[in-house]
Amino acid sequence: MAASTTARRTGAAPAATTAPGDAGRSLRRLWRAVTHNLVLFWSALTLLYLFLPVFVVVAFSFNDNRGRFNFTWQGFSLKSWLDPCGAPGICPAMVRSVQIAALATIAATALGTLIAFALVRHRFTGRTPTNFLIFLPMATPEVVMGSSLLALFLNLGVQRGFGTILIGHILFNVSFVVVTVKARLQSMDARLEEAAMDLYANEWATFRRVTLPLVTPGIIAAALLAFALSFDDFIITNFNSGNTITFPMFVWGAAQRGIPPQVNVMGTAVFVIAVAGMVIARLVRGRR
Amino acid sequence: MNVAGDGIRVIDEPSPGDRLHLVDLTKRFGDVVAVDHLDLVVEPGSFVAFLGPSGCGKTTTLRMIGGLEQPTSGRVWLGDTDITDLKPYRRPVNTVFQNYALFPHLDIDANVAFGLRRTGVKGAELRRRVDEMLELVQLPGYGRRRVPELSGGQQQRVALARALVNHPKMLLLDEPLGALDLKLRRQMQIELKRIQTDVRITFVHVTHDQEEAMTMADTIAVMNSGRIEQLGGPVELYERPATEFVANFLGQSNLLKGTVTGTDGDRRTVSVGDRRIVVPADRVPAGGDGVLVGVRPEKITIEHAGGPDRGDGGAVAGGNVLEGTLVDVSFTGVSTQYLVALPWNAEVMVFAQNLQVDERLQPGAPVRLLWAPEHTFALCPGTAAAPRDDAAAPDPPVAVTPGRIADVVRDG
Repeated sequence: MAASTTARRTGAAPAATTAPGDAGRSLRRLWRAVTHNLVLFWSALTLLYLFLPVFVVVAFSFNDNRGRFNFTWQGFSLKSWLDPCGAPGICPAMVRSVQIAALATIAATALGTLIAFALVRHRFTGRTPTNFLIFLPMATPEVVMGSSLLALFLNLGVQRGFGTILIGHILFNVSFVVVTVKARLQSMDARLEEAAMDLYANEWATFRRVTLPLVTPGIIAAALLAFALSFDDFIITNFNSGNTITFPMFVWGAAQRGIPPQVNVMGTAVFVIAVAGMVIARLVRGRR
Repeated sequence: MNVAGDGIRVIDEPSPGDRLHLVDLTKRFGDVVAVDHLDLVVEPGSFVAFLGPSGCGKTTTLRMIGGLEQPTSGRVWLGDTDITDLKPYRRPVNTVFQNYALFPHLDIDANVAFGLRRTGVKGAELRRRVDEMLELVQLPGYGRRRVPELSGGQQQRVALARALVNHPKMLLLDEPLGALDLKLRRQMQIELKRIQTDVRITFVHVTHDQEEAMTMADTIAVMNSGRIEQLGGPVELYERPATEFVANFLGQSNLLKGTVTGTDGDRRTVSVGDRRIVVPADRVPAGGDGVLVGVRPEKITIEHAGGPDRGDGGAVAGGNVLEGTLVDVSFTGVSTQYLVALPWNAEVMVFAQNLQVDERLQPGAPVRLLWAPEHTFALCPGTAAAPRDDAAAPDPPVAVTPGRIADVVRDG
């Protein structure tokens, strides 16, 4: 405190300042600027921390790499972007991942939404245990879930592959969908449905015209979450995939031998699509 | 489903076929009796208010009329139709909800048109009726706005328009003004009354605000613990409360314990403390002699006991007089409130206009209280409202005062 007072006093008399005092003063000014903008400063650091890996992935998708490895920058090139399927097996893996994610999302969203409605709107025996059990798949470590699923499939003699991956993904996605849709439903004013009924809407019209439109944002959020979780799941998939290879598994396999830049291309493309989707959603909402 | 009237100003001549009749209506939630064997007839075109403290069953009653709550027992009749078991969307009744319950995903037009669309009104007819209704609630041109863009008062009007546009036989209002600030509330009270006079359909209004009920309704049902304590017009309820609860819930009352001692023509004398108070005979309940004598604070004239005779002794002759000591004086702007202690353990509140203030009226001063017998009422001591030491007092007979346009059937 005393030091800063002195500094200000020195500042008030420029004629008396000397060169070392000047340096000290600008240092202090910098310090003050940092402390005054501490929130901004930390936010910038955090964002940098979050996005640095993404930037590396994006940058190395343009690397003109030679040899097996894509770790050192060798120059700018579009060659990987022009030939995204250049790495053998990458495109089939990608297509498979999208297929599984899409199917798992549809099934999990449908099931989870129905469960959420039942849990919020109806009182039935077993409601409290259901509410609790629905959280379990989220709380269970993936390794445990993946290995137990595998044990189950082995015991039942089920051939592992596309189907078993899909079953596993639906399994863990349902919990996330239930939790998301439930939150939305609970925050909805029950009087809105009463108002609809009062205004000559029967049960079906009430659901279609009032309940569903109001819950839809929650369902969409749940579906996006389910898609993202399914798309990049590795652990459960790895246990139950048999000979089927999804995109994360392709990357894992490729990492043993050297990751081709096409993986970076795919990664960047997914990132860009996701960001574009968010921006569009934002714009649409802003316009309404 | 609805009557498609040609104009909105007069939707339909009130017809006796639209009379609401609640028969022995009871609603229990577990062990709690919310509405207790309630009987009521509401004539078409009237403005009825259910008035009572929270938990008195007024909203539950309203919800049973609207079909949002199933009665435990009893029936709801609308004209010749028993609507007790009809779903809300099968009843020609619309509700203005507390906090409005406007659809946030729809604009104002779509909110107002919601009910019409469900009943198959469309095209130009739909457009015309929505516009007319927005005009009626003084929100023309607001159709494209979204709900959150509107102020509380405007949302309130939209809720009203959304219900009225369907030309219901009855409009139910569940504390519709509760969320508005005082000034806006006063304004909307007048507005609601105007609209009711315009459209001439039955309004059933639920409120805990006695002033709101008195301003708007032509019949008030004062409710307490699931029952109607008294039914009548505002003036009647105020001037002649039938129970202690009503006397205290509608405005303030001075209630003094007394005993009926004699009859003098069409007047009765009641001894209160060491004094006699005269009450018109038709304002004394039949039954026991132990009564509560009541007088409203603004009906009393207060004067200094040692004051010069103002020469109006004639006016006081035959009037009621009590003497006491002034305990507290508080100035409230439009009036001054005096609290007077009587020689026995009782207190009387007096509201006096600030016309000619006697400087001697300070705490401690001996004062005289005067009021006319016509402003006095007597009632049986309530058993529920405040426990009294004279436990032998009889149960209050259920006082049923027929209103102008509604009446109660008590012994269902």
